[in-house]
Amino acid sequence: MTDMQSQTDVFFVRQEMVQASPPPMRVRGVWPWMRKNLFGSVGDTILSIIGAILALAIVVPVLQWSLFNATWTGDNREACAPNTVGACWAFVKANFGQFIYGRYPDPERWRVNVTFVLLAAGIIPMAIPSAPFKRLNLLYVFIIFPVLSGCLLVGGMFGLPVVETALWGGLFLTLVVSYVGMAMSLPLGIILALGRRSKMPIVQWVCVFFIEVCRGVPLITVLFMAGILLPLFLPTGVNFDKLVRALLGLSLFAAAYMAEVIRGGLQAIPKGQYEGAKSLGLGYWTMMRLIILPQAITIVIPGIVNTFIGLFKDTSLVYIISIFELLYTVRNSFTDPVWATSTTPASGLLFAALVFWIFCFGMSRYSKFTEDRLRVGYKR
Amino acid sequence: MAVADAGRISSPRDRWYNNPTVRSIAVQIILIVAVVGTIAWFANNTVTNLRERGIASGFDFLGKRAGFDMTTFLNTNSESTYGYMLLAGLVDTIIVAILAIAIATVLGLVVGIARLSSNWLIRTIATVYVEFFRNIPPLIVILFWYLGVLATLPNIRDAIQIGPDFSLSNRGIFMPRPVLGPNFHIVIIAFVLSLVIAWAVRRWAHARRMATGQGFPSGWVGLGIVVVLTGGVFLATGDPLTFELPVKTRFNIVGGWTVTPEFASLFLALGVYTASFIAEIVRSGIMAVSQGQTEAARALGLRDGLVLRLVVLPQALRVIIPPLASEYLNITKNTSLAVAVGYADLVAVGNNVLNPTGQSIEVVAVWMAFYLGLSIIISLAMNWFNARIALTER
Repeated sequence: MTDMQSQTDVFFVRQEMVQASPPPMRVRGVWPWMRKNLFGSVGDTILSIIGAILALAIVVPVLQWSLFNATWTGDNREACAPNTVGACWAFVKANFGQFIYGRYPDPERWRVNVTFVLLAAGIIPMAIPSAPFKRLNLLYVFIIFPVLSGCLLVGGMFGLPVVETALWGGLFLTLVVSYVGMAMSLPLGIILALGRRSKMPIVQWVCVFFIEVCRGVPLITVLFMAGILLPLFLPTGVNFDKLVRALLGLSLFAAAYMAEVIRGGLQAIPKGQYEGAKSLGLGYWTMMRLIILPQAITIVIPGIVNTFIGLFKDTSLVYIISIFELLYTVRNSFTDPVWATSTTPASGLLFAALVFWIFCFGMSRYSKFTEDRLRVGYKR
Repeated sequence: MAVADAGRISSPRDRWYNNPTVRSIAVQIILIVAVVGTIAWFANNTVTNLRERGIASGFDFLGKRAGFDMTTFLNTNSESTYGYMLLAGLVDTIIVAILAIAIATVLGLVVGIARLSSNWLIRTIATVYVEFFRNIPPLIVILFWYLGVLATLPNIRDAIQIGPDFSLSNRGIFMPRPVLGPNFHIVIIAFVLSLVIAWAVRRWAHARRMATGQGFPSGWVGLGIVVVLTGGVFLATGDPLTFELPVKTRFNIVGGWTVTPEFASLFLALGVYTASFIAEIVRSGIMAVSQGQTEAARALGLRDGLVLRLVVLPQALRVIIPPLASEYLNITKNTSLAVAVGYADLVAVGNNVLNPTGQSIEVVAVWMAFYLGLSIIISLAMNWFNARIALTER
């Protein structure tokens, strides 16, 4: 007993409580957030100050130019000419119809509007993963809609007057060109990608040659070929619509990029999938259609959307062979003497940039959303 | 067994037209015939069409006098031949491409690193920049600089003066032009020589460090050698470099160096536009290096700068370089947008050549040869680079 006592005496036993550590730094509220994200250290503070100056130096003049000092109303250049420090939105407002429809005749513009609605009816359910009838939807997007809207826009049947493609223009034409480009480049790209991975050497060479040549040259030269060389290549007198030639050039160009994206997807499919499909007795096309392509295309949806974004931006180049898409329609209106002021070009270009930006940013957000949704399977 | 065999005999698999080898040969023959046939048909039509229009094919037109002039770096004039004009266009393409690549790389690197900053403001500015420029066509950026910014500058009479000999107007940026003296080649030789010496010092310092562990400030010494040797020779040769100043006349500014608005807008637009893509490449490259690498390097006692230089960057570069190279190729291809503002690049000159001559096939062939040649060179360089830096796995 005494032994125990003496033993416990030599043990160190704390007599008083340890001092409480200080409460953790506040982590909520404006000031702690700023301290963490803006003024973490001396260097950070300097960076923040430089950043703030930079942001103010850009944002303030831009806002002033585009909003506070802008001319919003007016019927001609008189309204904008005296104002050299602000945008001329009256110009955009006055030409808005032209920017959207080009020279499409006024009484027929409802046809373009109906096409926009039909397009939305196809694209929106397609983009929502949980929407039903995907197969039917695909049929609509790739076959029914193009045929329907083609008849509607060109006219010449059901009592609709013909509207020549030379009158098409503006955002509407940009959408037509990019839609056809997308709808054509995807299947073409799949065929080229399959050809490039084929075991038949000649098929492979032809596909590789086509893909590499298209990817190696600028789009402008491809469009020049479609615009200038194609009429030379065809028998004398045979000629087809300028718009069709532009679409052909753009689709083939985009198909080459698409093929490389899809090839990436094909390469990512494990060999076992091919072997499993073959051991079930499936032939090449059945195997591709049922087993390989559904998986490969799903993997590369972000890449496909990126190619679509590139294609959408590239439509601004078809003006080279006098197809008056949005950007060219906008540029063309700068020369209109009714509206020629020093701020007109910048205002018009900013408007065009915003339209392009909205579409491209929307697509890139969608691509990000799909990427995140698809990655769920790989999360642990 | 016999039953199974009997079943096999009548199986459709054994029909000759289902034989994979036969099929593959047939498909390939059909493809060859189709491709060759189409090309032959096109060629035949082309020959007929050209004969009807009275255009002689071939490259003979290259030696003829062009009769038009464009502002180029090669001082072309209206007496130049078509061939020389095309060469000038080629040189212009290369010059603007190299300069745009340089500025896009620097800007892209800065923005890419800024996107990973822990500072919220810096990160947000970089994100806004990238998301804005990535989602608009490059042509809009070019036109914005050209029509929206540079064209609104004052005309030459009331040009904005920056310092005594620099001026800014809607005709471009005017600045003094350096004129090389007769002895300037000596300075260049001295510069190259000093670089070689500095490199030798660096090698010696590295070898000594490996052998003895002693450090040597080879960077500073090298810089000193280059500055002292080149500067010394520069002064010793006596005034090898003079400046030709731009002189204002009544209607124009002559002499000196002029940066045309066409060049400036193309260069700025391509730089600013492509920088947003390069920023994303840099960001993804740095993010691809796992956190464990940084931690392990710290655990070995490396300082922050060394962690970045010796551990993170070499691994990030492996991810960054291939897409970066294709971005450089894109810049070069995008210089063809020059045609929209009238900068005399290969495509714009070609366009001017094919209109009067009708030699469209030859001009397109020249374009194709240049751009395809360039892509092949870049992809070969990439393959070499990839093989060199590929992970050596055991």
